[in-house]
Formats: sequence, structure tokens, C-alpha cells
Amino acid sequence: MEKKTVLRKPKGFIDVYKHKPGAEKDRTHYCPGCGHGILHKLIAEALEDFDLVEKTIIISPVGCSVFAYYYFHTGNLQVAHGRAPAVATAVSRANPDSVVISYQGDGDLAAIGGNNIHQAANRGENMAVFFVNNAIYGMTGGQMAPTTLEGQKTTTTPYGRNVKTDGYPIQVCELINTFTAPVYVTRTSLQDMANIRKTRTAVRKAIMNAKNKKGFSFVEVLSMCPSGWKKDSLQSQQWIKESMVPRFPLGVLRDISEEAETIERPVPVMGHEEVKKIFGYSEFKASTIQKNTEANLEKISLRVSGFGGQGIMSTGIVLANVGMEYGYNVSWLPSYGPEMRGGTANCSVKIQEDTIGASEVTEPNMIIAMNQPSLEKFENIMVPGGALMYNSTLIDIEPTRNDVDIYKVPITGIADELGDTRVQSMVSVGAFAAITGLFDPEEIVSLIPSLFTGKPDKVLKMNEEAVLRGYNYVTENFSV
Amino acid sequence: MPRMLMKGNYAAVYGAILAGCEAYYGYPITPASEIAESASALFPKFGRTFLQAESEVAAINMVYGASGCGQRVMTGSSGPGISLKQEGISYCAGSALPCVIVDIMRGGPGLGNIGPEQSDYNQVVKGGGHGNYRSIVLAPNSAQEMCDLTMLAFELADKYRNPAFVLTDGVIGQMMETVDLPEPVSEFPDKSDWAVKGTAESRHLINSIYLDHDDLERWNRELEKKYETIQKNEVLVEEYMMDDAEIVTIGYGSSSRVLRSAVDTARENGIKLGLLRPITLFPFPVDEIAKLPEKGIRGILTVEMSTGQLVDDVNLALKGKMISDLYGRLGGNVPSATEILNKISELYGV
Repeated sequence: MEKKTVLRKPKGFIDVYKHKPGAEKDRTHYCPGCGHGILHKLIAEALEDFDLVEKTIIISPVGCSVFAYYYFHTGNLQVAHGRAPAVATAVSRANPDSVVISYQGDGDLAAIGGNNIHQAANRGENMAVFFVNNAIYGMTGGQMAPTTLEGQKTTTTPYGRNVKTDGYPIQVCELINTFTAPVYVTRTSLQDMANIRKTRTAVRKAIMNAKNKKGFSFVEVLSMCPSGWKKDSLQSQQWIKESMVPRFPLGVLRDISEEAETIERPVPVMGHEEVKKIFGYSEFKASTIQKNTEANLEKISLRVSGFGGQGIMSTGIVLANVGMEYGYNVSWLPSYGPEMRGGTANCSVKIQEDTIGASEVTEPNMIIAMNQPSLEKFENIMVPGGALMYNSTLIDIEPTRNDVDIYKVPITGIADELGDTRVQSMVSVGAFAAITGLFDPEEIVSLIPSLFTGKPDKVLKMNEEAVLRGYNYVTENFSV
Repeated sequence: MPRMLMKGNYAAVYGAILAGCEAYYGYPITPASEIAESASALFPKFGRTFLQAESEVAAINMVYGASGCGQRVMTGSSGPGISLKQEGISYCAGSALPCVIVDIMRGGPGLGNIGPEQSDYNQVVKGGGHGNYRSIVLAPNSAQEMCDLTMLAFELADKYRNPAFVLTDGVIGQMMETVDLPEPVSEFPDKSDWAVKGTAESRHLINSIYLDHDDLERWNRELEKKYETIQKNEVLVEEYMMDDAEIVTIGYGSSSRVLRSAVDTARENGIKLGLLRPITLFPFPVDEIAKLPEKGIRGILTVEMSTGQLVDDVNLALKGKMISDLYGRLGGNVPSATEILNKISELYGV
């Protein structure tokens, strides 16, 4: 091809297209008569005029503009098909002072990436989206796009787009305009000089909005694809005017750029001391609680079980927490997966000196059964010599095991006497301490403020009382 | 140092904050949702980004974008979500973008269930998406390791400019244990020669396209070399009661916790059982396993919550000198120490 003289290239473009393979590093890969080159130039000129070339990051999509990064002298990310708005979202969040441009075609934006563009628009991400609508898949050789017109022939609609099987061309601007957040939504065309000038205005407005952190701007550009349409350049411009514009009306659908508030993003806290401060490292005090040397059960494999709402999970968590404060290895595992079948909520708790292997308790040496199904389910898997505590307030039957120690405790009843059924967890915790000899009730009471942070004094008091009542019930009624 | 009782899922997020992760992009899925939930609570406290993405696919592409800008960034999910993310992970690998992905495995295939399984092994350890690539894969088996290995994942991801997985199952994610919070990381690698920051000097290109066949082959060879370096330098393995072991069990994640219980019980009964636990799944502890036949081991039993994914790598490492047996439970069922010991007794007559 004869080398043409370039009078002046906007500074938004790289002088020599070094990323482009092959010898022709001074011209684009686009076909003659294609609209991409015009839109690229409008963007590159605007970036130069507004002195934004260095601050701009352009996201290249999949489609004919997959190689947009060959040309723009900006930061560039080439991304997966349809995902430019998702990538641009993170790029904009990471670099709030930059100008982020998502450049996409109709297949990329309106078909495979349909959800991503809607969601970025709906979040009002600070970015300028340039959407090139040429009603066809150019890069892959002329297949149907979501914006292909009724009756239009493509390589995958050889008989013309049939709306009964293929649906109707999607009016993307109108869709974007249904969201609350976007600040600027417009559709322009490259069909002639007058419309190119209008496109220029739209491009510049969208870029300035991004610079001014106004949020989401969307510019749909009707663009020629002579190769895909099997037309020459002039016929293509004519076809936009006659066929596309009636289906995709031109004009500004929304412009609230002026009144839109600027988007401010926080500065991440990364410093060593600041991070420690937020996590409260210096306020943390290591536990000084001493282990009881004469515990009845030293290695606890416990199942706590009952109806949902009986505080089953919190009983287990409190016990694990107290065990941790005593310096034991602890684990807590909620009923999980298939274990959730059968109408009981249950959890596994292990408290022991050694490293804990399996966290699921399959052979408990202690169970706390808060309702009848739990007693029936778990007493059978207990190891001989273990401790079985059951809630006699709600369970009428007797345990069948005679090779374990039975503790019949009116757990719910004690809580009700204290005035709130919800403290039954702490009644269980107190009773557990008495049965196992592992914890001292006063130590548990001392931990209550940290276990129930933010709760009013009255609630703390009631939980303290519950621990002591549970503990005392066991020591008064059983020899432990 | 603060000591807290927390779920494995939470511990991963604490680890991320301490490792200097600046952004979390994720989509909710059981049993990994607490990762997103705790990230949504914690990240804003540090002025860092939390965003609930519109899809798993969007989340991994946001990760791609944040990483391309030089941020330490994380996402978390479970089986079906990881399947959806694979294309984006391939893009990250192809563009040499570091990132951390936490996978809390659940039952599959398809929707499966939310019980714990280890059936994402192949799709995570073997690459998973299209193209010749590997992800670094760390396999924690406790809440403490969920924190520590998440921090290590960020280090390794940056060191090799490669995606790194924290791969575990629902049990480890849902379980609460004691976690001692380590010191926060405050020195970060210099990424100025490739990260795009919206400045004159950072006008780089993040890209995985190599149109020229020779260029793409060369790039693949570079990646291959990187994976060889990772294989050589980064293997982590835990050995328990291996010195005099006559029978060896191999497992990772929650299976390895059950195996530890099995080893303890076996030892009480005079059976010389040992445990070899891969902490890194890629790189795989090939050398450590290859040595077993020379140690006079009578039998090797791989235990996994899948139908034989880990065991393939074990047998590749053994190079035919021995063949590992397999015991697997599925569908959300976790093997018990007793059933593993029964299997060992049946296989090896002990």
C-alpha cells in the first residue's frame, strides 16, 4: 500500500504502534471505511486537548477493537469478552484520580457482557463507556449482533434476522437510561461530518465527566462496518442514515453531569501501626486463667444439640471460647451439610491439651441434649463412661444408656426462672463446668463481658446468674 | 498479639487484611459466603474496597483489573463459582497478574450440595481454565492456617506474578478455632515496572494476546519455567509420625485432620501409621512422596473427599514403584477416623 502522509497525529496516540505485529506500525488494523478509526481519533484528540493522556487508562474489549491498546498512549488493559465494565470498575476504584475508558462493541457490551454493563451503570462507576454499535460481529466475520436489524442478513442470519426466532435489536441507550445512577447517556453516529462533530462533543463530555469524577457516562456510537455489511464506505454511511437511525434514534437521553455529585473514594490504610490499631492489637490482653489440675474430663468431645433457636450454636461457641481462655486447643463445628437433616441443630466442640485432629465429634464423651430428638439421636453414639446431660424441662423420656453418667437438668426451667429463656445456653455452660470440672464458674463469669460485648448490663447480669445457677444445680444434685 | 476464636472463612479475611489486600471482589455462595460477609465488614474499616460483584465472572474480572493496577486483591467462592471464574483466572495467569482466590469446596457436580467435598482438586490444581498455566495452590487445614496461608498466598502470588489459590473445604471454612493474629505486612513489592496506575510512568500494557505463534510459544515456555521454579522452591508438606511409619496416609484439608486422629488411635493400638499432608498442592510434594518406597513402607492410603483426584498425583510421584490405595467419601460425608482405620485393617491386615 502506498504510504500516506500523516499531517499530525494527536498525542493521545502512540507515535509508532510498537505493540502491533508486522511491518506496518504507522496505520491501524481497521478496514477501510470502518468507524473505529474515527472514534479513536476523537478520543485521542480529546485526551490531548484536556491534557489527560497520562492519566487515562483504556480497557480494550474483545471484538474489532481488541487491539485498541496498539494505538492509545495511555495505560492499557486488554480484557476478556464482555468484561470491560467489570475490569474498569476495579481499575477506577484502584486509581480514583485516573480517567477510565471502557471501549466496547455491540457483541461484547450488549450480548456476552450485557449484565456487566448494566451493573456498572447501575453502580454509577466513574468511567466513560464508548459503545460502538455497527449491528454486526465484525471481528469474527459478520455474525448476528444483539443490535442486528430486523431482516438484516449476517453469516448466522443468512435469511435475515427473524424476530420470531432471534428477537429484536436491543436499544442499549434506552436500557441504560432506565438506571438511576448514570449521569450522561447519549447516542450519536459517524454517518457524516455533522454527526461526527456531535460525536466529538459527546466524547469530550464523557471524558470530562470521568475526569471530574461525575460517575457513569455512556456514549453509543452508530458506526460503519463496510466489510461486515458488504458495502463500500459511502453506502455504509448511507445505510446508517437510512436503516440504523430509524431503529436507534440519535440524541441525548440524559445529561445530569452538572448537578451530579463528585465521587470520592477513601484512601486505604496500609501502615503497620495503623492496621494494628484498627484491629486493637494493643488492647488485647493475654489470658491469665490457670487450668484446673483436677478436672473430671480432660479431653472433651462434645455434641450440643436441640431445636434451632435454643442457643445450641452459642452454647458451643461460648464453651470453645472459655476453653481457649484456659489455654486449651479448641474447635467448634456447626451441624453442616447432610448433618443438618433430622430437625436438630447441633454442633461439635473439642477441648483438649493435644492438637485436635477431626473437628467433627463422631464419638462424643459428652452430650448436651436440649430436646427429645437430640437425646435419641446422640446418646447412641456416646462412648461408655461419658457424661450425658439432658434438658428435663422439655424431655419427658429417660435416657436408655446405663454405661454413662446421666445429668438430668431442667435447663430451660432454670432460664425461665431467671426471666429469659434465652439464657439457657449459659445455664448449660455453668452445668458443663460443674460436670467436667474443667472451668471455674467465677472465671466464666469474668469472661462474660467480653463474650457479650455491647450487651446492656442487665443482660450480662442475667447471663452471669445463669452460669452460676447451672453450676450450682449440678453440684447440689449430683456428686461430681 | 490478639488471640481470637473464629471461623476459617473469617480467618482468611483477617489474613488478607494483614497481608495488605486492598480490595475484595466476590459473589455470595455457600459455604464461602462468610468470606464476602466478613470482608464487607472489615475492608471499609481500613478504607479498602469491598464490592459485591454482579456475578462470579464479574468478580474475577474485577480482580484482574485491580491486580493490573498493582493492588493486592482477593476473591472467594466455592465449586460452581470457581468453574465460572476459570476463564478470568486463565486471563490472570496469561497476563501474569498476581491475585488470591479462596475456594471453600462443596459437593458437586452441578449444583451438588453445600456439604464439604474436595472435588475441586483437579479444576484448581491442574489449571482449570484454558491454556497452559498453573495456579499456586495452598491447602490449609485449620483456622490458623486459613489466616497464615492466605498471607503466604499474597506473598507467593506477587513473587511469581501468578494467581494463588487457598483451597480448602466447607469443614475448615465453617469451623471455629483459635487464631493468633500475626503482625501485619507493611512492605510491599515494587510493581512500578508493570502495574497501570493512571500516571505518565505507569502507561503499561496488561495483556495476554500474542498473535505471533513463536511469540506465544516463547511466552508459554517462560510460564513453564516459572512453574518449574515454583515446583523447586515452594513445596510445603507436614509429616506426622512418619519417622518409623510402616503405613502412610496422605490427605489434605479436613481429610488430613481426620487422618491425624486416625494416626493417634492407630499408635495407641501399636499400629505404625504416619501422615503425610501436602500443604501446597501445586507445587506438589513429589520428592517427599517419591521417597516413600525406599523407606520400607508397606502401604500407602490416600484419603480424599473425592473419587480419586489427589491419588492421581500421589501415584504419578510414586512412578510405579508403589501404588497408593484410595479411600474417598463424597456428597458432603466426611470420613471418620474409625472407618479409615477399618479400611487400613482391611487393606494391610493390621
